[in-house]
Amino acid sequence: MTKAGWFRRGMKDGIPIALGYFAVSVSLGIAMQNAGITAFQGGLMSFTNMTSAGQFAGTTVIAAGSGYLVMAIMELIINARYLLMSCALSQRLDQSVSLPCRLLFGLTVTDEIFGISIARGETYLEPMYSLGAFAVACPGWTLGTVVGAVMGDVLPDRVVSALGVALFGMLIAVFIPPAKKDKVVAGTVAAGMILSFLFAQLPVLSRISQGVTIILLTVVIAGAAAVLFPIGEEEATDHGT
Amino acid sequence: MEHNVYLYIGVMALVTYLIRVLPLTLIRREIRNRTIRSFLYYVPYVTLAVMTFPAILHATGTFWSGLAALIVAVIAALRGLSLLQVALAACSVVFLLELVLL
Repeated sequence: MTKAGWFRRGMKDGIPIALGYFAVSVSLGIAMQNAGITAFQGGLMSFTNMTSAGQFAGTTVIAAGSGYLVMAIMELIINARYLLMSCALSQRLDQSVSLPCRLLFGLTVTDEIFGISIARGETYLEPMYSLGAFAVACPGWTLGTVVGAVMGDVLPDRVVSALGVALFGMLIAVFIPPAKKDKVVAGTVAAGMILSFLFAQLPVLSRISQGVTIILLTVVIAGAAAVLFPIGEEEATDHGT
Repeated sequence: MEHNVYLYIGVMALVTYLIRVLPLTLIRREIRNRTIRSFLYYVPYVTLAVMTFPAILHATGTFWSGLAALIVAVIAALRGLSLLQVALAACSVVFLLELVLL
């Protein structure tokens, strides 16, 4: 397939992501409005950041008037999972992919675009695919934020509530099929869910922020699986769609 | 001390972008170590699972509609439906259930 073809396919697969982003960013826009951030500032933040947890946390920092260093550390902790994703993606790029292309491709490392990029399963990823999805998803995310900040109170609660699970639905569609094929992946998924549930419920552990929990559990569970069940050559090349 | 919102946004954007782009630009070779390769192979699935549960239970108006969305989405995904179909199934079940419950 040509680069333009990959870009178009990415745009098509990016449509559900854009819709989900729109829904989530409406609630983000409402939160920003309450924190005294204008619709323009909110739109700018969404356009340049594209990270739900990071922006929700950032909004709290702005509302509290904490320092810029606090903001930087907060974003570093909450978004550190992108570091892991980016490492994983680095192994799926052809070595010939140029630096400018890598710099652009870095923009697309969000939970959902990462998810659909990984789900493609080819030996090497075509960055144009992810960029196509980004080209659709980023406007959805930005527009939703502005809509939320301007007219968040007008949308019926029921609609906002239903749209809130769109992104989770997509994430589930990414990790369930490989778990069905590979017992070890299924085990890591189940362990991840059980432990993250415990982290959310248990008295001391529940004080740990969600961003830190995600990194901690990912490193521990994926690390244990890597030591106990190292992958063979075939999985390393065909990334098991 | 008065803080500038635009400067806050700049700090957020810079930190977040560096996290995303540094591994992609610095790791140019194929990693040969089998344990690291295996680790990176498992990372995406664990991360996505941890992010989804239990957060999905608090994403909607009530716990029950979130749980229903989780169950419906897992079944739809097991049957091989597409990303969009799974997402729509989850949204629909929440909307319909909350018509009854709330």
